[in-house]
Amino acid sequence: MTLVTESRRPAHRAPGPDAPRGAPDHGAWFLVLPALIPILILSVGPLLYGVLLAFTDAQSGRTEPTEWIGALNFRDLLHDTLFWESFRIGLVWAVAVTVPQFLLALGLALLLNQNLRLRWLTRALAIIPWAMPEVVVGIMWRLVYNADAGILNETLRDLGLGNGHDWLSGLGTALPAVVVVGVWAGMPQTTVALLAGLQNTPRELHEAAAVDGAGAWRRFCTVTWPALRPVALAITALNLIWNLNSFALVYVLTNGGPGGRTRLPMLFAYEEAFRYGQFGYAAAMGCVMVAVISILLAVFLAGRLRGGAKGGDEA
Amino acid sequence: MRTSTAARTGQYAALLAYLVFLAFPFLWLISIAFKPPRELASLHPTWIPKNPTLDNFRQAFDEQPLLHAGLNSLLAALGAAVIAVLIATPMAYVMARRRGRLAKAATGWVVVGQAFPFVLLIIPLFLVLKNLGLINSVPGLVMVYVVWSLPFALWMLAGYVRAVPRELEEAAAVDGAGRLRTLVSVTAPLLAPGIVATALFAFITAWNEFFFALVLLKTPEKQTLPVILTHFIGAEGVADLGPLAAAAFLATLPSLVVFALIQRRITGGMLAGAVKS
Repeated sequence: MTLVTESRRPAHRAPGPDAPRGAPDHGAWFLVLPALIPILILSVGPLLYGVLLAFTDAQSGRTEPTEWIGALNFRDLLHDTLFWESFRIGLVWAVAVTVPQFLLALGLALLLNQNLRLRWLTRALAIIPWAMPEVVVGIMWRLVYNADAGILNETLRDLGLGNGHDWLSGLGTALPAVVVVGVWAGMPQTTVALLAGLQNTPRELHEAAAVDGAGAWRRFCTVTWPALRPVALAITALNLIWNLNSFALVYVLTNGGPGGRTRLPMLFAYEEAFRYGQFGYAAAMGCVMVAVISILLAVFLAGRLRGGAKGGDEA
Repeated sequence: MRTSTAARTGQYAALLAYLVFLAFPFLWLISIAFKPPRELASLHPTWIPKNPTLDNFRQAFDEQPLLHAGLNSLLAALGAAVIAVLIATPMAYVMARRRGRLAKAATGWVVVGQAFPFVLLIIPLFLVLKNLGLINSVPGLVMVYVVWSLPFALWMLAGYVRAVPRELEEAAAVDGAGRLRTLVSVTAPLLAPGIVATALFAFITAWNEFFFALVLLKTPEKQTLPVILTHFIGAEGVADLGPLAAAAFLATLPSLVVFALIQRRITGGMLAGAVKS
């Protein structure tokens, strides 16, 4: 089998891809089962069960049997202004984190792709947000934002800008403050992904463009970006999804406060399910989130197929 | 390639700004962890503690069952890492070597698994585990972590399998070795470094995980470190800063160390996955 057939996309391949040679091989199933069974029992099953729950009045700790109530949860959800407010906050949060994260990560990836001196230190430091438990990231930034003992206010005081502010409990500052933490926390993964894309761009192309007299911006637009596009699209879609799903960071930083200004959908659903015991209702919220995420995934896959058509060079 | 001095200066300035942005919260955490109460109460905090102390660490252990929580975290993370890799390796092998519907479905699952809608998963999981009597138990949490880390483990491992030349396996087959024999004696040894890296990554993921642990573990003697850490923050958000910082710092060290060891392999695996499928 040649490398070319290996790297082709399935859609372009000739029919009958099963069993490359010889008799049908049942051994493959035995290799797959140990992972497949837990996946079916502990995620596919619960996922379907979750969808079913959304159509029931399931509550925790109730003695009478759960009843099938059709789309009632969804109808209630439609009129639940608090949910839609949290949904709106979730979207704002996801976009507000993903966009600067991408731009900053792109800048950092471009820098790390250069032959600069402090590169190793930056790479080493970039590990910290990545390896740190989200809870610790939250705690750490609480210490930074702390009204009295925080370094942020102290720095601002030193610069003569303001006299201390309680960032995480201010109605106007809480969301921007947690967004900064979100950007910080997710930058390394994005940077690494983009750096990979950069390192896959053929150097010769760059050099050829430079010889032709293209400036840095020109080179970025004509050589770097087209090669980077598929990776950039993929990581951005994933970041959007991850950010929509975030919980721990904001739970630790503000727990949804002040006055619900940072109550992301996950926090809302968590409270609904595990504080108020409304399992069915919370499951319905989950379904809405899944619908949104599916749309994002569809966009991501569509973009990926288009982008992938150009550069399938990796074997 | 020509780069002007001005451009170089700009690049270094940008790099420096990134360094500060990446480093300062962490340095601040360390600084607070070693500060005595008087300095923490000061209205003009300093970067470097004037009278560094270990009191915060002692107090942290007094206030919360950190040692016990650390043990729970260790058990959950080790269990998850070992089991995940044991069951993921054979499947990853199939995903990488065969190009049938099975492999396609598995790859699709990996993409979907990356975007897991936790909300929809946690409530049924809670009910399932409750019926199995596995709520508030570390084994129950391990089961969840195994499945949760599988997509990425499969992704990474399949990349490592593809890196093993097929010809080696074919040579073994020609020599009369069966599929299992080939797998165990030819492929597995070559995969070992990738398997270790994947296991360590699963370890970190589980060590750091918070949401499932928060929902599934009810009593302090079963809870893992991230959950116990939130106990330092009181109901009104008032926290004893010193011990909080000390405990948070300690909870991070294991994953930082492990991550530093395997960082190259993880990024390598992630890149392979990102570029290939």
